[in-house]
Amino acid sequence: MSIVDTRTPNPKSFIPGATGDWEVIIGMEVHAQVLSESKLFSGSPTEFGCPPNANVSFVDAAMPGMLPVINAECVRQAVRTGLGLKARINKRSIFDRKNYFYPDLPQGYQISQYLDPIVGEGVVKLDMADNGEIEIGIERLHLEQDAGKSIHDQHPNMSFVDLNRSGVALMEIVSKPDLRSSEEAKAFISKLRTILRYLGTCDGNMEEGSMRADVNVSVRKPGGAFGTRCEIKNMNSIRFIGQAIEYEARRQIDIIEDGGTIDQETRLYDPKTGETRSMRSKEEAHDYRYFPDPDLLPLEFSDAFVAELAGNLPELPDEKHDRLVRDYGITPYDASVLILEQARADFFEQVAKGRDGKQSANWVINELLGRLGKDDKDIEDTPMSAAQLGTIVDLIGKGDISGKIAKDLFEIVWTEGGDPAEIVETRAMKQVTDTGAIERVVDEIIAANPDKVEQARAKPTLLGWFVGQVMKASGGKVNPQAVNEILKAKLGIE
Amino acid sequence: MTDLTTKSLAELRDGLKKREFSALEAMDAYLDAIAAANPRLNAYIVVTADKAREMARASDARLARGEGGPLEGVPLGIKDLFATIGVHTQAASHVLDGFAPEYESTVTSHLWRDGAVMLGKLNMDEFAMGSSNETSYYGPVINPWRAAGSNRDLVPGGSSGGSAAAVSAWLCAGATATDTGGSIRQPAAFSGIVGIKPTYGRCSRWGIVAFASSLDQAGPIARTVTDTAIMLTSMAGFDNKDSTSVDLAVPDFAAAVERGVKGLVIGVPREYRMDGMPEEIETLWTKGLEWLRAEGAVIKDISLPHTRYALPAYYIVAPAEASSNLARYDGVKYGLRKTGKDITDLYELTRAEGFGREVKRRVMIGTYVLSAGYYDAYYVRAQKVRTLIKRDFEDAFDQGVDAILTPATPSAAFGVGDEEMNSDPVKMYLNDVFTVTVNMAGLPGLSVPGGKDASGLPLGLQLIGRPFDEETLFAAARVIERNRGEGFSPEKWW
Amino acid sequence: MSVDTETVKRIARLARIRVTEAELAAYQGELNAILGFVEQLNEVDVDGVVPMTSVTPMALRLREDKVTDGGYAERIVANAPLSEDNFFMVPKVVE
Repeated sequence: MSIVDTRTPNPKSFIPGATGDWEVIIGMEVHAQVLSESKLFSGSPTEFGCPPNANVSFVDAAMPGMLPVINAECVRQAVRTGLGLKARINKRSIFDRKNYFYPDLPQGYQISQYLDPIVGEGVVKLDMADNGEIEIGIERLHLEQDAGKSIHDQHPNMSFVDLNRSGVALMEIVSKPDLRSSEEAKAFISKLRTILRYLGTCDGNMEEGSMRADVNVSVRKPGGAFGTRCEIKNMNSIRFIGQAIEYEARRQIDIIEDGGTIDQETRLYDPKTGETRSMRSKEEAHDYRYFPDPDLLPLEFSDAFVAELAGNLPELPDEKHDRLVRDYGITPYDASVLILEQARADFFEQVAKGRDGKQSANWVINELLGRLGKDDKDIEDTPMSAAQLGTIVDLIGKGDISGKIAKDLFEIVWTEGGDPAEIVETRAMKQVTDTGAIERVVDEIIAANPDKVEQARAKPTLLGWFVGQVMKASGGKVNPQAVNEILKAKLGIE
Repeated sequence: MTDLTTKSLAELRDGLKKREFSALEAMDAYLDAIAAANPRLNAYIVVTADKAREMARASDARLARGEGGPLEGVPLGIKDLFATIGVHTQAASHVLDGFAPEYESTVTSHLWRDGAVMLGKLNMDEFAMGSSNETSYYGPVINPWRAAGSNRDLVPGGSSGGSAAAVSAWLCAGATATDTGGSIRQPAAFSGIVGIKPTYGRCSRWGIVAFASSLDQAGPIARTVTDTAIMLTSMAGFDNKDSTSVDLAVPDFAAAVERGVKGLVIGVPREYRMDGMPEEIETLWTKGLEWLRAEGAVIKDISLPHTRYALPAYYIVAPAEASSNLARYDGVKYGLRKTGKDITDLYELTRAEGFGREVKRRVMIGTYVLSAGYYDAYYVRAQKVRTLIKRDFEDAFDQGVDAILTPATPSAAFGVGDEEMNSDPVKMYLNDVFTVTVNMAGLPGLSVPGGKDASGLPLGLQLIGRPFDEETLFAAARVIERNRGEGFSPEKWW
Repeated sequence: MSVDTETVKRIARLARIRVTEAELAAYQGELNAILGFVEQLNEVDVDGVVPMTSVTPMALRLREDKVTDGGYAERIVANAPLSEDNFFMVPKVVE
């Protein structure tokens, strides 16, 4: 495969070294567990966390004479995912055997797709805050079997093998080497996860291992020839992916700058030390001896099959993004934050319906998501409903409360619950809008500060000082806009 | 009462139906015959007397009620390659020591559904790799036939040598067998009986220990054409557990046996007239054509230009698939386990001790032809040649040919421990030179005794048919069977 | 093409079959005999020929996504040479 560099080097992403700047080149192979009831080639369940070998059939255990039969839903899920990645769908694809010996690989081969995958080239768009929109190429997507699991800590000199995951369907999604920083890599995997979750083709649960990534990292002088890459295996946390890339890029730069060369190898990231290390057991050169699985036939489907799946796709993240910008007048960056989770975008839309979009986005992103993050909660677990947050936005809009009071109100509703409008009433948080009352306060301040009045008349920017004094005196419950107008009139400032 | 074992399967079935004798009596007659003969012939690896008795009793009960399937009470032998629940299923290999599956193959379950009784598991070449039944971990099978005036032990052919010897020596009414390159037809020819390898996809492969998945097909071996047709009718049938099983109705093959050959076009491929072919084979072939012509068939010279490349292509494709299919025998999940210092030792020692020499040789050849740098030159080229071989047959059928007549083997049975064959694997492989093309093209092929060589040993003729037209083969084979005369039972010496 | 003893060792290692030094020469001879035999395929003009991927002209059948199997761990390990608590056991594997 010849690699085409589609990116323009971005100095903001460069890593400084002793010999000048370096550019990191990243490609990813993401393994996403397909959401299905049963396994790719057998009727046993895919359920997580069951007793050892409970979800195993004779097919999954590679008993003599057992044969694979493909699951239609896994095929549909792969095609849906391909459509979500705006990728070419291959109406004819081939399942191959990848041959190697390992205790958690009962057949002695993994059924995978090699030369003819079900999905070809596609693209994922990323919104980078500092670098605008970038496009990351997808090389391919193929279906394959997951392996079982070896447990090493149950016995001093034996490993225990559980085949429950053996044969569960995975999609391997391979990116082109288009990523140029750990930030982009993290954004890529987040976006990919978002797309899969929107499509309902993978639950994206990285902790349980339903999404794992192998990250290929190399470094080069900006715009120069690609360097030798190392593969960091089996990453299951977005944060660790970022850390591993940072470490690995620095490691490679240091080696090259010390006159060394990079060995192409497989490495593991250790989150405890924050370092990557070479994998001992993989010292042997692999020769997987791929060949078409003679137990299966070519997988073929029609245009109509694809069209039907395409017709029933949900709104995808990028479409939602554009619609939110268009319909609610929010910034593309805010939209990209909101669409990351479908529930997040839904929440926003409930808040924003019939209200100011920008204000709504501001409250959902900065206050709600911020507060959720502080409590380490997902949006599904928010104690504040969209209706409640909407009411707060309404109260601000009507001028009933100031932004500052609104934040206090938010905290009350968050911890205590209740109708924000009622709370404003019962706790006397309502902004003073009675101009007479404001005028009285303004008059007092003017009377008490004759020198400042003189100065303000000469230098109108001092008006802000008066506004502050009035706000202070009224406990923040007056409308700053109204204070401003009254002050201007009384002080005779245009 | 006459010896029940000498009855044909059809006679036995009819007698059971009319309750002239019981299934238990038939079974006992066979168990006695096995007890007497097996120490010399070694056709059975395991005799399942208890199971046989239980099944025969059940058959008698059904027959007493006037019920019963098409094979009710008929005692059969089962090749050790077929999974039989709770019973020795070891592909005559040391590596499967002690393996008794928790499942029943589709083909054998069809036979039990139709009322057949299992006598035991039949010897075979290890993993069906061999043409003389000498590669079995359980020792060679001896052919019931001997050359006139000779006491020399002859091979029954392979890999279904136990099936052929048991049928020929009246140790079962019929037997299951499998054919990957000639493993039904060559032993049938060597043992003076009938065997058919049906079209690929006709019989389910589910529960049959795999050798080369794209070539393996199960089929019956029996003493007459009618018996073979009756058995195939039961064995065949669509199975959704095998992705290569074809969803086609199974005809009553026995109904086609007496159909005759009037008006059929029989092809005679000139490429099968090989250099150095014994004259008696040539004569037999001519006689076969004359019998068919005399009964109204039209004989047509045809060309199958890629015939000579079938065997070399087979010796790439079959070992390649086998090398992968046999990877599961690793000492972890079932069978033999030899331990050393680590997991690699466990694999290497188990497989070194568990596999016999021929199996190891083929696994190594298969591994080599799939390995990096050789895949295109060997495997891909062989699969292209396979396309050409299939095309040759399609061209012949397009010219109106209904069936093709060829010799089944290049010679009659040879001696056990034949120096020449055993010192040169390629010499042994040449046994399949006439049969292997059929597997490569996925066609049905039938072997029927047509005559004898100078020393009185049986010789077989092969009929090759269009895909899924086994009926024509039965009809044509019956014409040969009727014309060749009597005398196709061995002299009992054991 | 023919194989040397180093290649025989490499193949045996890939196939996970222990081959002793004493056996090497014999395997080498046998493998070379077979490779010599299949050499004749090079005579065939295969330009533009599609390699066979299935001998039957048929597409892959798709199975409905239903749980129809599993739930019998003890039968899965019933034939295992070594097992404990329904786990298969192997000599410790280090990564």
